[in-house]
Amino acid sequence: MANLRFVDALREGIAEEMRADPRVMILGEDVAVGGAFGVTRGLVDEFGHGRVINTPISEDTIMGIAVGAAVAGKRPIVEIMFVDFITLAMNQLVNHAAKVHFMSGGQLAVPMVIRVQQGAQGGWGSQHSQSLEAWFAHVPGLKAVAPGSAADANRLIRASIRDDSPVVFIEHRGLYFRHDPDGLEPGESVLGKAHIVREGSDITLVSYSRMLTECLEAAEDLAGKGISVEVIDLRSLVPLDIDTVIESVRKTNRLAVAHEAVVQGGLGAEIAARVQEMAMDYLDAPVLRIGAPYTPPPASPKLERAFVPDRAGIAARLHRMLSYSKEEGS
Amino acid sequence: MAGSELSVDTLKSALHRMMLIRRAEEQVIDLATSFDDLIRGHYHVYIGQEASGVGACMALGPDDYMFTTHRNHGHVIARGGEPSPVIAEIIGRTTGYNKGRGGTFHVIAKHLGVLQTSAIVGGCVPMAAGAAFSIKKRGTDQVSLVFFGDGVLEEGAFHEALNMSSLWKLPLIMMCENNSVLPEGRRQGEYPSSSFAATQLADVAKAMNVETHVVDGGDVREVAGLLTELAHRTRAGEGPFFIESRMTRWPGNRGSFPELIGGPHQMDWTWDPGTADARLQDWLTNSDPVSLLCRSLVEEGAMTREEVEEIDAATRKEAEEAREFALSSPTPSPESAMDYIFA
Repeated sequence: MANLRFVDALREGIAEEMRADPRVMILGEDVAVGGAFGVTRGLVDEFGHGRVINTPISEDTIMGIAVGAAVAGKRPIVEIMFVDFITLAMNQLVNHAAKVHFMSGGQLAVPMVIRVQQGAQGGWGSQHSQSLEAWFAHVPGLKAVAPGSAADANRLIRASIRDDSPVVFIEHRGLYFRHDPDGLEPGESVLGKAHIVREGSDITLVSYSRMLTECLEAAEDLAGKGISVEVIDLRSLVPLDIDTVIESVRKTNRLAVAHEAVVQGGLGAEIAARVQEMAMDYLDAPVLRIGAPYTPPPASPKLERAFVPDRAGIAARLHRMLSYSKEEGS
Repeated sequence: MAGSELSVDTLKSALHRMMLIRRAEEQVIDLATSFDDLIRGHYHVYIGQEASGVGACMALGPDDYMFTTHRNHGHVIARGGEPSPVIAEIIGRTTGYNKGRGGTFHVIAKHLGVLQTSAIVGGCVPMAAGAAFSIKKRGTDQVSLVFFGDGVLEEGAFHEALNMSSLWKLPLIMMCENNSVLPEGRRQGEYPSSSFAATQLADVAKAMNVETHVVDGGDVREVAGLLTELAHRTRAGEGPFFIESRMTRWPGNRGSFPELIGGPHQMDWTWDPGTADARLQDWLTNSDPVSLLCRSLVEEGAMTREEVEEIDAATRKEAEEAREFALSSPTPSPESAMDYIFA
């Protein structure tokens, strides 16, 4: 299945799991008519309205109904149309889904997937463009996954649905309709395993979701200048495959982390901290964090473009990083 | 109401459960006040509300689900929970139902169908609707029952869950325990709150086309009768239902922490409220569900005072043994601190 779009690969992964397990169902606003971006388009034809369920505009209770259904024998998938709307459901997500297994002393499990769509693209403005993955990664009991390719969307949604813990599955709307030349390949379907997408020897560049594309393009540009960048796709934010990152840093001695989320308090800070704890002696320069500035996402086209890190910006900052020397500072 | 048809044996067993809750809660208060380090934060007891929980749980079968709140100890025992693992859980021991991970706010017992106990006001209503949704999808005749306090109606989650459970006709029974009502208001009267605009709580559910009932939560026969009928109708696909169970607050619950006014309950107070502390007399006369049931059973000739006191002695002993069991149980080891993060 070469040359598949992300949205189709994702839908196919959901459909495969719904075929394999009658307990799997999907709930959300307009999911029976395909959802806002067509991820669930056509699923109702195969699985019916009993398993592809339109809900009222009640995020907190959509989430709560899914948590309750999960502890009572179902394996629900919840679609939150824009990640920004999950703020309305954080009580059920953070205080209930994430904690029921722990608080019950292991009596109960919450096998559910929370699909969210995020990213600053298309001028949707401050309430429809945030990247909130650091929130989810901060809450013990929630797993968080953010695929950057169609093949991984398919693999990881299947692994997420099969997982017995709540998994926040983060989709970027800038990826949905892009054709993935690699298409679907048989591959491992597990959470918590990073993927070295491009091998290199001068700098380790860690990313995930749509920013992975910009990173790969920046690495290509830098290769033309004789700089060899190793690009790692984390894929899974919780659990985090820090070992793969450390192993790469031991080889390259330089680390940059790029994501679309605001830099302050972002995943980049966590990765930087862990690497300095575990591999300080291997670092030849401070860990570089690349991400959005500390501002709500802007709607104006020019501002929005400046808000999201891009290929040229990433390449320039990596280039500058190479000139850092411990003696002189940057 | 069908409640008057309950057999003497059924009423004796209801009285036993109610007294067991009372005695277990007294032990909880004593543990909290006698030790500095057993129950360190706030805790909530179910004294004075026993008839509501026991009467409601009498309508449930073994496969039904139950959800509750921060005031859960009594609900879990009403559902058939044993005082030993309940008290052990409250003081954080490995022998507690949740292996010490829940504490007073979160006693959960999967084997009893108690699937979540949430200390977030209103937090359990959407989850209980979710369990009802699972029942409906699986096509079984189970019921999902959720207990909550009147403050839940101030939360948005309640209104969303009310709408969705009505829209989807879920097998859900919403049992709102309003413990702010004066004795006469348990049967008629108004909601005396400065923080909720509706005069009648049940009107809110009516607006969403949910059938509503108001019941005297101090009368176990009334509660059991109503809930048995509604559980039956829920199994037949007629749910959801909303019930306002009205009761009068136990005077020991009026302060910020529970207080055993005059010490543990004495059966003499039941037979002659005038022998109790002045602060308790009116409540014992008009509102204490345990005393009301004891006196009516004796007046009706269904039980003698001696038989009632035998039940009381048995539940006292059971609660004392539960306390000892809990106190002699181990706390979780620090090495197990990271258990149960992920399933």
